[in-house]
Formats: sequence, C-alpha cells, structure tokens
Amino acid sequence: MSLTLEAPRRRSARYRLNRALLYLLAVVLTLFILLPIYLITIAAFSPRAAVYTFPKPFVPTELSTDTLRFFLGSTGVARAFRNSLIVGVATVLLSLLIGAPAGYALARFVFPGRDSFKLLILSTRAFPIVILSIPLAVMFIDWRIYDTIPAVVLAHTALALPTTVLVTSSIFLGVPRELEEAAETLGCTPLGAFWRVVLPLALPGLAAAAIFTFVLSWNEVFAATILTVRNRTLPAHVLGVLNDSPLPFQFAGGFALVVPSLVFIFFMRRYLLNMWGRVTK
Amino acid sequence: MSGQVTTQSAERVVPAPPARRRRRRYLAPTLLLAPTVLFLLFFFAWPMVQALVLAVQDRAGVWTLDPLRRMINDINFWPAVRNTLLLIVVLVPLQVTLALVMALLLNAGLRGTGLFLYAWAVPLAISDLAAGIVWLSIFADRGYLNSLLAGLGLPTFAFLSYEHPVSMFIAVVIAETWRATAIVMVILVAGLQVIPKEYGEAAAVFGATGWQRLRHVTLPLLRPSLQVALILRTILAFQVFAVVIALAGRNMPVLASEAYYWYGSYSNPHVAAAYALIILAFSMVNTLIYLRTLRVRDEQIGG
Repeated sequence: MSLTLEAPRRRSARYRLNRALLYLLAVVLTLFILLPIYLITIAAFSPRAAVYTFPKPFVPTELSTDTLRFFLGSTGVARAFRNSLIVGVATVLLSLLIGAPAGYALARFVFPGRDSFKLLILSTRAFPIVILSIPLAVMFIDWRIYDTIPAVVLAHTALALPTTVLVTSSIFLGVPRELEEAAETLGCTPLGAFWRVVLPLALPGLAAAAIFTFVLSWNEVFAATILTVRNRTLPAHVLGVLNDSPLPFQFAGGFALVVPSLVFIFFMRRYLLNMWGRVTK
Repeated sequence: MSGQVTTQSAERVVPAPPARRRRRRYLAPTLLLAPTVLFLLFFFAWPMVQALVLAVQDRAGVWTLDPLRRMINDINFWPAVRNTLLLIVVLVPLQVTLALVMALLLNAGLRGTGLFLYAWAVPLAISDLAAGIVWLSIFADRGYLNSLLAGLGLPTFAFLSYEHPVSMFIAVVIAETWRATAIVMVILVAGLQVIPKEYGEAAAVFGATGWQRLRHVTLPLLRPSLQVALILRTILAFQVFAVVIALAGRNMPVLASEAYYWYGSYSNPHVAAAYALIILAFSMVNTLIYLRTLRVRDEQIGG
C-alpha cells in the first residue's frame, strides 16, 4: 500500500494500477457509508402506502412528505422533539458553565494536584456510562426529580463534563497568554481581560465544543430512557415505541434522527479532526 | 558533593513566597476547579458507588447476594454475556482494520481526499439508535436487501428472524461497523498527522517497500493512537444497546439491553445494577489487558 510517498518520476503501469485500486477502494467505502443514508431518505419520502410495497424501488417513483408528516404528527413525537432540544441546550449551557472554568484553570495555572486532576478527568473515560443511569434513577426518585427534564440534563452533563473540561482547556491554551497579560498591564482586571480578550478569541472553539456536547446529548438514549417515563427525549421516545410501530413510523423516525447529524457534521467539518480527534485522546 | 551544597544554598537564597501571595496563587485554580470536582463527585463518583451498593441489596435495603444470583440464574444472562463478548471480538478488530485502511487512504494523497473524509465522517454524529433503524430499513423482511434479492430473481431471506441468529448477529455487526468506524478513523488520522513524513521517506530511500514502511515505520509510531482507539471502542462496545434493540428486539440479548429491561420492564434496579457492574468489571479488565499487552510490545520493540 502506498503511504505518503509519491513517485512522480516513474509512473509505471504498476503504479497507475495501484492508484486505481486505491481510488476504487475509497469509492466502495464511500458507497458503504452513503448508500444506507440514501435508502432511509427515499424510504422516509415515499408515500405511506409505498413503504409497504415489495420489492421496493431503489429510485423513488413518487416523492411525498406524507410519511414524515405521519411520524411528526404521532402522539408524543412533537413533545419529545421539544424535550430533546431543551435537554440539549441546557446540557450545553450547564457543562460549559461548570467545565469551562476548570478548562481555563488547566490552561493557565500551574498548581499542585494539576496532574492528578487531569488524570481524574481522563479516567472517567474508563467507566462505562451505562452504569451511571441506574443509580442516578434511584437517586432522582428520592429527590423527586425523576422523569423530569432536569434529571436528564444532570445525567447528560455528567457524561459531557470531562470532555468539556479537556476541550475548553485546549481552546484556552490556543489563546496567547501574552494578550491577556498585555490587557492586564493596560489596566484590565483579570476578569476584564478574560471577558474582553480571551473570550472573543476562544469563541469559535467554544461554539464547536458546544455543538459537540449538543450532539452527544441529542444522541444519548440509554440514560434518557432509564431516567424518564413520560418526559422522553426524541431518541428515548422512538426507542420506547419502535418495536410496536408501523414501518412508516420507523423509517421516518430513523430519517428524523439522522438529519441533525448530517447538519452537525457539515458545520463541524473544519473542526472534525481537531474536535473528535482531540477529545478522544 | 560541593555541587549539592551549592544548590542547597541557592535554594535557600530564594525567599519563600509570602503566605498571602501563595494563598492567592492557589485560590484562583481552586475556585475554578471546584464546580467540576463537586459535580463529578456528586453525579459520577457517588452513583458509581451506589451501583455497587444497589447490586448487593434488596428492596428493603438489606444486604444480600440475591440480585447477583437472580441475574446469573436468569435465562438471558449467559446468552447476553456470550453475545456481548462475541460482538466485541468480531467488531473491534473489524473496525480498527477498516479505520486503519481509511486513515491510510486519506493519507495517500488521493484527489478528493477532503470529500472522502467528509463522507466517511458522516456517521460520527449518528446515534446508535438511528444507525439501527437505518439498517433496519435494509435488513427488514420487506426491506431494501430483500428488494434487491427479489429484483435479481433470488429467494428472499428473513434476516432478522429469531430463527436466524447468525444473520441477525451479522446485521448488528454491519450496522455497528457502519456507525462507529468513523470515530476510530478520526483518532487514527489525527495520529497519522503527527508522524513526520521524513520517517517514511527515509525508509523508502533505504529501499523499504510500501508494506515494509507500513509495518515497521507507520504502525509502531501509530501505536499510542491505536491503543486509545482500542480502549475507547471496547468500552463503548460493552455498552452496545440501541442498535441491537432496533434490529433484533429481545431476540439477541446483550448486557446493556438486559440492564434496560430489568430496570424498565421488571422495575428491578437491583438486578439492573448487577448487570451494570458486570459491564464495569469487563471494561476494567479489558482496559488493563490493553494497557499491559501494548506496553509489553513497546519494550520488545524498544529493546
């Protein structure tokens, strides 16, 4: 397999064959990723009766928003959609509010226990998140916040917080310290320097971190299912009724769950490697 | 010896910072870290302890091994253990290999690399539930795969029927590979980017073939990223859940879905917590094994 080295001088037949095979492989992989998305899309945009036809056409004969409207109009879907939005936004705000200061401290201060704190944050990754949900449910029943939006927000924040701390810390590391010091020499208080100098420069990175957290919360289904009964988020609602639902509901639901991720990836494409590559380190 | 004396006296010359200043230096980071530490203690560490406690108590709060016993004697327990482990054994090597191929392809200087990266990264933000439903539209009895078979004049097949556990398992493997290979790829691409191109070029100058460069230069340098990817993927694979429920319902029990049913359908948080503990134990053992085996190889190569 040819790696990084190109050999422009001897473009032998063998080299060209190798290249062609690499392109072929890349195209096959691309089809493997994109074809299922195409199929769920045409399934969701078929008329409701067409969903049941067999064999299904691979090129839609008739497009219709009938199936999607049926899904969106089903009992509980609109409410679950709203719950998902609220939970996502609240999780983003809460985890940034709690985690960003810690990220800033890691980026700017040298203090005893700094390394052990970092290790503590990293070690949370070794704990499967599924485990948290069940004891949290028992705790939340005691506190009488079971089956509420705040309960899901707290659980999702617990999942997102370690990542938020690490990501914000690397964002703040990217803002030159000298600018902050200059602002302080020119008469800013430390808080003022942060507000007027650091924050504007860190804002694009923080926005990317916020989108990342939102996706995490939007997609999370185990905790959301365990912690709620009636106040479900969209994935929890879809999962709860999935096996008893007709095909149009399932396909349109699958499409509705996929669309936001396509949008997210589009907006995050500049940050893809930075964000996902870095947070998993 | 005289050097030691000098350093000691040199240290003594530096005046100790006044207590007030030292306090100020610790005050800011402490205040900034406190919310995170408190939150994680409250909503991460404490629930972990509670999970342990729940698994060895009954409803009245009496200490007992009953939840563990009920879990092990449950008809779905051993199938769940077997399915989960089998999924990991099949999925993790498959995903890592495929992700490595993708990362190397992206590094090969093909035209349109940006587009390939974008297309392959699409599943990053797709949830496991969404992935399960997407592949349900393909593997369902009246789904696209059977449509294709019928179109070609071939007999159709009930891929997701409980009578066909193998095709059901394969469907879950394909859906999980489709969804979760992207995250491994991103880790490996990020890892490849920090490897200096000069290493591979130097090896080529000395006559190494592409395969030799991959085997002896790229892969050893990529080991930290591979280790991270392996640990992360395995921990996540132990929690595989919504894909399985979407494609197989309860016909293919896995550990996480059993925890879900015991909590949701049987309202028994104690047995559910026992399942959670099993997942935790497996994950921990696995992480340790990865850390140990990959480190041993490190020494072998270094020596």
